[in-house]
Amino acid sequence: MRRSSLLRLAVHALCALPLLWLGWAAFDGRLGANPIEAVVRFLGDWALRGLVLALAVTPLRRLTGWGRLASYRRMVGLWAFAYAALHLTAYVVLDQFFDWPAIGGEIVKHKFITAGMAAFLLLLPLAATSTSAMIRRLGAARWRRLHRAVYLAAPLAALHYVWMVKADIRQPLVYAAFLGVLLAVRMRFPRRSYAEE
Amino acid sequence: MLIRQASDIASGEITPKGIYLDRRRWMVGAGSLLAGALLPNAAGADVLANVKRGVVSLDDKPTSQEDATHYNNFYEFGTDKTDPARAAPGRLKTRPWTVTVGGECAKGGTVDVDELVRTSALEERIYRLRCVEGWSMVLPWNGVPLASVLKRFEPTSKARYVAFQTLDDAGQMPGLKLNGLFPWPYVEGLRMDEAMHPLSFLAVGLYGETLPAQNGAPIRLVVPWKYGFKSIKSIVKITFSETQPKTFWNMLAANEYGFYSNVNPEVDHPRWSQAKERRIGEFARRPTLMFNGYGDQVASLYAGMDLRANF
Repeated sequence: MRRSSLLRLAVHALCALPLLWLGWAAFDGRLGANPIEAVVRFLGDWALRGLVLALAVTPLRRLTGWGRLASYRRMVGLWAFAYAALHLTAYVVLDQFFDWPAIGGEIVKHKFITAGMAAFLLLLPLAATSTSAMIRRLGAARWRRLHRAVYLAAPLAALHYVWMVKADIRQPLVYAAFLGVLLAVRMRFPRRSYAEE
Repeated sequence: MLIRQASDIASGEITPKGIYLDRRRWMVGAGSLLAGALLPNAAGADVLANVKRGVVSLDDKPTSQEDATHYNNFYEFGTDKTDPARAAPGRLKTRPWTVTVGGECAKGGTVDVDELVRTSALEERIYRLRCVEGWSMVLPWNGVPLASVLKRFEPTSKARYVAFQTLDDAGQMPGLKLNGLFPWPYVEGLRMDEAMHPLSFLAVGLYGETLPAQNGAPIRLVVPWKYGFKSIKSIVKITFSETQPKTFWNMLAANEYGFYSNVNPEVDHPRWSQAKERRIGEFARRPTLMFNGYGDQVASLYAGMDLRANF
């Protein structure tokens, strides 16, 4: 018990590390000539990395047979959501400074913002139902069905990145490739029984 | 903004105190009797001598030299904006450097870069620079009017456009190894009347010093009413042509980057808005100005043209 709570603390600390780094870099003036852009992109990068990581937990668990891993999936997923929420907040507050007509225009007119907003809205109910009490209330089967929305949210987030860059899409494609492999693994090796979960 | 003679401007107006050039250093530079003589300063950059200051001026505060030389789009040295400052200095060999001029002109040829800009005195011009990505800077360039350089090659009546080409040497430019991704070499072009416009400029310096490698040394174009990517860097070739030349970003995405690419807040990039911009060093975005604020001088070039179709 004690060992597992130590492990949980370690996972939380690891997930918080990028955020701490960002705070330090901002304080130390290390964000370059366009610090607002740097903050928005950094948070977006880690939201996407968090999503890939959360989706990698189950395939990894099946590969390694280490059942414990499953208990960290929700934590990593919630951290990914936290980075996504901070990413959106930085866009609204720092980048657009609450210019709601401009933000609305971007969401409607520009597909990369549309994709990003859609990904975030899909993650919102997942984060809201992430407590154990909510799992009990919804029932495991319904909860699991709801949380399949992540398979839509994550590719949308990657698409948001692909559509954002001007020409060099190598980096966004790396995320898309990771997600593709993880989804393929899921489809190739579907869940055998609920008991296993 | 208007083009003013240096003598019309109070010195305090054109010399923002301590912003980009130490006064004493400049005095040392100006004291040299040799036109175009270079004196290394403490940082190792060369100070340009005999620069006619404030030929075109702005009330906007110039961007810090640190930001202007460390936030660059110069894909030949990598696609991240911090790549050029890391990869270009030391790798890009800027002397000797020649520019080959040809096509529809009477007196084409290959000319040394220092010889090329000797046609008129070096000027300082403070211009806005608006990147198509939505950020902007205010930069004190040093160089000569493009028209003064082009005229000596005696373009013929067939010369309706001018094409420019950047150095294409993978040995000096690591970004060129991204072969499948980009249609190297970088090429740009202007209509002849745009090229001959008094605002079109060939820069060999920035902040009174020789142009840093990451900013397009040794010689680059500056067309302040167009998006930044039109202002091609590290030029090795200039060709007068009868037909509209191909341009790098247009070849990559014709629906996103037109030949003209005039700054226009009313015509969005297909993927993002162009209505506002972030001036580097400022927090809130500011509204983008039509023709980047140079409409009084250049709007007549496009009289009767549909700027939405000719973006």
